[in-house]
Amino acid sequence: MKKIVRGFFLPAFALFAVSPVIFLLAGTFMGNQEIIECISPVFMDGGGYAGWRLVPQYPTLGNVVELLLDSPEFFKMFWNSAKITVFILAGQLIFGMPAAWGMARYDFRGKKMIYTFYIVMMMMPFQVTMLSEYLVLDRLHLMDTSAAVILPGIFSTFSVFIMYRFFRGIPESIMDAARIDGAGELQIFVAVGIPLGSSGIISALVLSFLECYSMIEQPMTFLKTKSLWPLSLFLPEVSSSNAGFSMCASFAALLPAVFVFLIGQDYLEQGIAASGIK
Amino acid sequence: MTGRTKRNRAGWLFVLPSLTGVMVFYLIPFVDVCRRSFLQAVGGGFAGFGNYYQVLTNKAFRLAAGNTLRFVLICLPLLLGMSLGIALLLQGQKKYREIFKSAYLAPLAIPAASVVLLWQVLFDNQGLLNGLMHFFHKTGRDWMNEGTAFGVLVFSYIWKNLGYDVVLWLSGLLGIQESIYEAAKVDGAGAVKTFFYITLPNIRPVAFTIVILSFLNSFKVFREAYLVAGNYPQESIYLLQHVFNNWFSELSMDKMAAGSVLLCSVVAAFVLLLQRSWDRGDEDCND
Repeated sequence: MKKIVRGFFLPAFALFAVSPVIFLLAGTFMGNQEIIECISPVFMDGGGYAGWRLVPQYPTLGNVVELLLDSPEFFKMFWNSAKITVFILAGQLIFGMPAAWGMARYDFRGKKMIYTFYIVMMMMPFQVTMLSEYLVLDRLHLMDTSAAVILPGIFSTFSVFIMYRFFRGIPESIMDAARIDGAGELQIFVAVGIPLGSSGIISALVLSFLECYSMIEQPMTFLKTKSLWPLSLFLPEVSSSNAGFSMCASFAALLPAVFVFLIGQDYLEQGIAASGIK
Repeated sequence: MTGRTKRNRAGWLFVLPSLTGVMVFYLIPFVDVCRRSFLQAVGGGFAGFGNYYQVLTNKAFRLAAGNTLRFVLICLPLLLGMSLGIALLLQGQKKYREIFKSAYLAPLAIPAASVVLLWQVLFDNQGLLNGLMHFFHKTGRDWMNEGTAFGVLVFSYIWKNLGYDVVLWLSGLLGIQESIYEAAKVDGAGAVKTFFYITLPNIRPVAFTIVILSFLNSFKVFREAYLVAGNYPQESIYLLQHVFNNWFSELSMDKMAAGSVLLCSVVAAFVLLLQRSWDRGDEDCND
């Protein structure tokens, strides 16, 4: 009985979760003509209903290649996304990683308060911080520049929290041993903390990547100039005139995220689990 | 002793750069937002709770808050139940566990940008879903421009978050020692009894965490709503972020300020609850 339930529900839900991915991947290999054929009822007022093929009739990578090489518009937005993501992740390493280490391994006055504050910050939806962020960015004359999205993103406390959880797990005895050998605190951080906490650091990076790469609210509020927009913001603005192009673009946009997911999946799991149990 | 003090000063120095950034970009301006929430929009005179009154009686805000509440009340039980069910099935399934987990987590990796077109193809008036219904001789509908838009939003949310919650539940379930189950089996306890007397009590701390995390995540569902319907959605999926966006483009800073403070208090209250449960979990470990 249990076997039947398991044999049915687990694959059924797995299919439910994965089918959009399969759909999208199938689209990656379709030619322009085939895509337009499939979706013209939705975007171009053709008659009948949209259709789809799980296996493209004439599989080709032509569309993706064309998109990557010959369309400056896509290229620009792709690089905007890449720029935002890379700068935020780098910033989180530079600022967030030491902070996580400091809170996880040292006792100082006010630490508990700071930690609680970081957790509260991490949970705040964008609606709460939107006006605050705007006030600062406006004062610093950063509105409508990439920095308006990047700088607040760097100080998102979520990645600090994930790394904190992993740094906590390093045994104190290793640090003491390093101290006896005469290592300074910074040296301990670099030579002990970073290597031993590396899985936590990667977990935080993978989670942050997935978050930044499909960021919508922040660029929507702080970027007015369209040439600064990341892909995630541009793509929903599809009109019938560029449906084919957008379709391809949304397939291409998928690839980096899927790539990171496949490589970093174990870390992603560890990161999620770390946010549940202390 | 001095060595220890010096060491802890190092801890401060590690935290300081990040803390400075958080203060500059979030905390200090938020204090300013709190101040503004008590000031009049024009002239800047003291307004008392006037802005709060205005927000709470604002039609759009009430609609959005109501939708958000309805969304939470429907989605949370659904998501938690489904993910727990799947996690329980996976608990005894060693062979294919990893593969299934990957499948459930996959939606997390799909950027909103890529899904948006697919959703349109699926739920449009002439989309796949209606094509399918037509095939079975049923009349379709314009899913995203009627009350069903809410259903599409629920669907998107659950699709996206299922894997996250499954992994969280599993981390709790796999923490239960196998020997307890074996002992129960020897004593002749059935599957139902085992669930209520062993599994449930053991995952209670995790359960509380998952409930609150999922609740807080549901505030962030705007991304899905935007993905389903863009900037001007059907009334049933008009969410708080839409209201704030409108206020932002009207530059009604007074309303935004009061709204932020209100929402912040609600979220902060839940986070403190969450922290208490974590602390309790800690004590349990020390016992």
